[in-house]
Amino acid sequence: MSETQHFKDYHRETRIFWARLAVMSVLMLALMGVLVYRYHHLQVVQYQDYATQSDRNRIHVQPIPPTRGLIYDRNGLLLAENRPSYTLSVVRERAGDLEETLKYLQTLVEINANDLEKFYKLMHQRRRPFEPVPLRYNLTEEELASLAVNEFRLEGVEIDAQLVRHYPYGELFAHTVGYVGRISEAELTNFDEDQYRRYSGTHSIGKTGLERYYEDILLGEVGNQNVETNARGRVQRVLERIDPKPGGDLHLYLDVRMQQTAMAALAGRRGAVVAIEVKSGGVLAAVSTPSYDPNLFVTGISFADYRNLNESIDMPLYNRFIQGVYPPGSTIKPVVGLAGLDTGFTDARRTINDPGTFRLPNTEWVWRDWKRGGHGSRVDLKQAIAESCDTYFWDLGNRMGIDRLSEFGSHFGLGELTRIDIPNERRGVWPSREWKRTVRGQGWYPGDTINMSIGQGYVLTSPMQLAVMTATLAHRGVRIRPQMTERANGKFLAPIIEDRFDVAEAHWDAVFDGMAEVMHGARGTARRAAQGAEYRMAGKSGTAQVVSIPQGAKYDSEALKERHRDHALFVAFAPLEDPQIAVSVILENAEGGSSQAGPVARIVMDAFLRGKYLLPEEPEAAPVARQPVSGPQTLARRMSDTDGVN
Amino acid sequence: MSGRDFLRRLPRTGFGLGRREALQQRLHIDFLLLILLLVLTAIGMSVLYSASGESMVTMRRQGIFFVIAYVAMFAVAQVPVHFMRRMAPWAYFGGIILLILVLVIGVGAKGAQRWLSLGAFRFQPSEIMKLAMPLMIAAYLSKRFLPPSLKHVFFTLVLIGFPTALIIDQPDLGTSILVATSGMVVLFFAGLRWGYIFLAIVAFVASLWPVWHFMMHDYQRQRVLTLLNPEADRLGAGWNIIQSKTAIGSGGLSGKGWLEGTQSRLDFLPEGHTDFIIAVMAEEFGLLGVLTLLGIYLLAIIRGMMIALNAQDSFGRLLAASITFTFFVYVFVNMGMVSGLLPVVGVPLPLISQGGTAIVTLMAGFGILMAIATERKRVMRPQKNK
Repeated sequence: MSETQHFKDYHRETRIFWARLAVMSVLMLALMGVLVYRYHHLQVVQYQDYATQSDRNRIHVQPIPPTRGLIYDRNGLLLAENRPSYTLSVVRERAGDLEETLKYLQTLVEINANDLEKFYKLMHQRRRPFEPVPLRYNLTEEELASLAVNEFRLEGVEIDAQLVRHYPYGELFAHTVGYVGRISEAELTNFDEDQYRRYSGTHSIGKTGLERYYEDILLGEVGNQNVETNARGRVQRVLERIDPKPGGDLHLYLDVRMQQTAMAALAGRRGAVVAIEVKSGGVLAAVSTPSYDPNLFVTGISFADYRNLNESIDMPLYNRFIQGVYPPGSTIKPVVGLAGLDTGFTDARRTINDPGTFRLPNTEWVWRDWKRGGHGSRVDLKQAIAESCDTYFWDLGNRMGIDRLSEFGSHFGLGELTRIDIPNERRGVWPSREWKRTVRGQGWYPGDTINMSIGQGYVLTSPMQLAVMTATLAHRGVRIRPQMTERANGKFLAPIIEDRFDVAEAHWDAVFDGMAEVMHGARGTARRAAQGAEYRMAGKSGTAQVVSIPQGAKYDSEALKERHRDHALFVAFAPLEDPQIAVSVILENAEGGSSQAGPVARIVMDAFLRGKYLLPEEPEAAPVARQPVSGPQTLARRMSDTDGVN
Repeated sequence: MSGRDFLRRLPRTGFGLGRREALQQRLHIDFLLLILLLVLTAIGMSVLYSASGESMVTMRRQGIFFVIAYVAMFAVAQVPVHFMRRMAPWAYFGGIILLILVLVIGVGAKGAQRWLSLGAFRFQPSEIMKLAMPLMIAAYLSKRFLPPSLKHVFFTLVLIGFPTALIIDQPDLGTSILVATSGMVVLFFAGLRWGYIFLAIVAFVASLWPVWHFMMHDYQRQRVLTLLNPEADRLGAGWNIIQSKTAIGSGGLSGKGWLEGTQSRLDFLPEGHTDFIIAVMAEEFGLLGVLTLLGIYLLAIIRGMMIALNAQDSFGRLLAASITFTFFVYVFVNMGMVSGLLPVVGVPLPLISQGGTAIVTLMAGFGILMAIATERKRVMRPQKNK
């Protein structure tokens, strides 16, 4: 013990210590009390809030995308299917250094410039937070394995098995079935609340054709699952699941063999073919050439591919059978003739003298028939149709007047949307006084009627409209809305009658006579096209003058000349006695309607009525367009079994 | 004073047998304190098992440190108290030298320079200071007349301030608070006049305004603000505290069950096995678990205070009180900061949080307590003189 302590007041020190200890104990107990209060407050008073917060931390609702509905042709062949495909995606929010991650991924799987370009494009679009951005589709087994081995090094990289749309027939159905593509920024912005929910697990949406028109049915209903995730967002387990409802399937009237036949018949020429089943309005075939491979669009098309398609002077993306409007030319003569019969301005026995020219009273302008010198002095309706006598219809149209002609033509759907079940069709023009006043701001001149009587002047029709017109003729006044789809989601889509009008049976027979004469008569314009037919058919050719060429396009003089040629048109139905099929054909710049377009119509009708299909040599091969018509062909005879296969 | 007599006898009532007391004396072990420490160790290990994601590597490491820590405690308990007092200045000044060395040749991690590297072994001189500080201040003050005069208070403050400043400079705010506290507590128990305490508080508060406005840079002010209100920075400093409050709150009264805490096991809670381990415990065992742990801490603190009361002289008394109160500060600051009451300063939860040298230091401190508790009683009992 040291010396100093002897002098210390031990008792005082002890007393001080006791006092201080008492103070300290009170302080400690008070602070302990604060802790107890705090933990009680957090764990009992605010328990609900924090329990919810904790669940919100770990439990995430994940949408489960529904399987998109399939599309079948009338025989149950798959036109649009879903293929499992392993997709490599990157979640930007979790990937850390993106460039580094991409560089590392490139050492594991093949990622070309095209993939990267698409990836960056998608990445800079508006996305939902934490939405994976696809980088590579269709991973191979080896790539999957090497990714799996290195998974721990790949933060924010996801591999998921997605179903990706595939069109096994490629360009054959590009303009009918259409395609799906990734939901674009614009589409996402326009989504309402419900769409935002329905598409929460889906990356693609119908862009064109049936895929777009029946989007609601094909999409299905999104499901969801509650998953527990850790702080890095990795799913630990599934807590609760509501299964998605798959989309409804479509069963079409379209027939793969009919499409192939039509495509082969066009033989690589620019044009379109539409074939309609007369009784149902079902579209048997609809092709527009040149076409394109819709599979390119499914996972996002590259700039180069898109530029090639978009800037081609042949315009493959352009759907000629609903968006291409052409002057129908003489193909509407049967309708004009029928109008004349119905309104009493002509009858089957009435004849005119055709000097080869036509002139309105007191005017200078002379219309000249396509046949120099005219068709003779006693031209009746039958001959006028069979030989496509212009003068007869100029005279008839002039006497009938615009109002009757305009009103009668509307019954056949001319100048009206066909309301077919694919989007973006054009209306064309079937003029009236009213139309000219509002659109052109001019009064109607008698000369306009003359031009209109032979399908020239202001008249514009799409091949689909011509096919509807022909089917309406064949059905004797019953106009049925054309439909690609027979059954949607298992439900039969009943044919819709758009118009039904009465014309005396004799008048129909008279017009049919004329149209049959076109095909079978000794002087019929399309008698060659009907050679050797086992059934009787009705047809009418047409030639449309090319009015203009798309602006700003630069063609060499040879091509320019080619593209100034007239379009060849043809409409037909068969069999004459009990019409089953109505066809319209256009061949751009092919000149002769009867000689060029007529045989195409014949081939299509032969296929449907007699099973004479023109099939590509390899059944699954996509490009069928480049086969010559006149060469040796695979003429396969098949049972025309029209029952759909489910 | 009957109450005083009761308190003094309390340790003996549990272990009423003289033989057991003799054994404690011979082994220099306080059985009651040892049992409380073992219970805390057991709780710590089981919570750590869950918090570390059932990592056996962590468990083995922690187990080894506990063994070392108990051996250290036992060893320190054998050292005579008067020898400790003689060695106090050596430990203190040795510690200061090491702290200066850290500044010069120390190695660091995460922007802090705290360690000295001795070959493969790294060690933290600030840990030595945790024990050297109360030893030094207790040794210094116990030689003076108590309550200490202004001059001695001033010297004491210099002794406390210098190493504290060195540790803040590393920077290690948590340790510097503990080191400073352990010194200040000695001063308080030695009878620092209330007037001085009051003046110090006034001076401190008054200095805040000029310091804030004239002596701090913008970024420093920002750092202080973040420290005081971490939740304003939701994804940075705030993330930890938001997640730990969520963990604690979602535990409720009885908890989610051992190994069932989603906040910690799904990695939402950062530092769940070190400073924020109480959040794991609160989540898995609920308020009842927290209160149980707090109760055991409280018993250990009461035991420590009783040892201080029964100490043979001022040195032992001040030292024991300081070690015990510092232990309380550990608990309070840690549980306060994890629950969002206090700024996050980096103080582990004693005996529960994972950590090597801190546990050894802590247990060495308990070794000192046991040495004081089992010091041979002198013939003359001060109380009987009265």
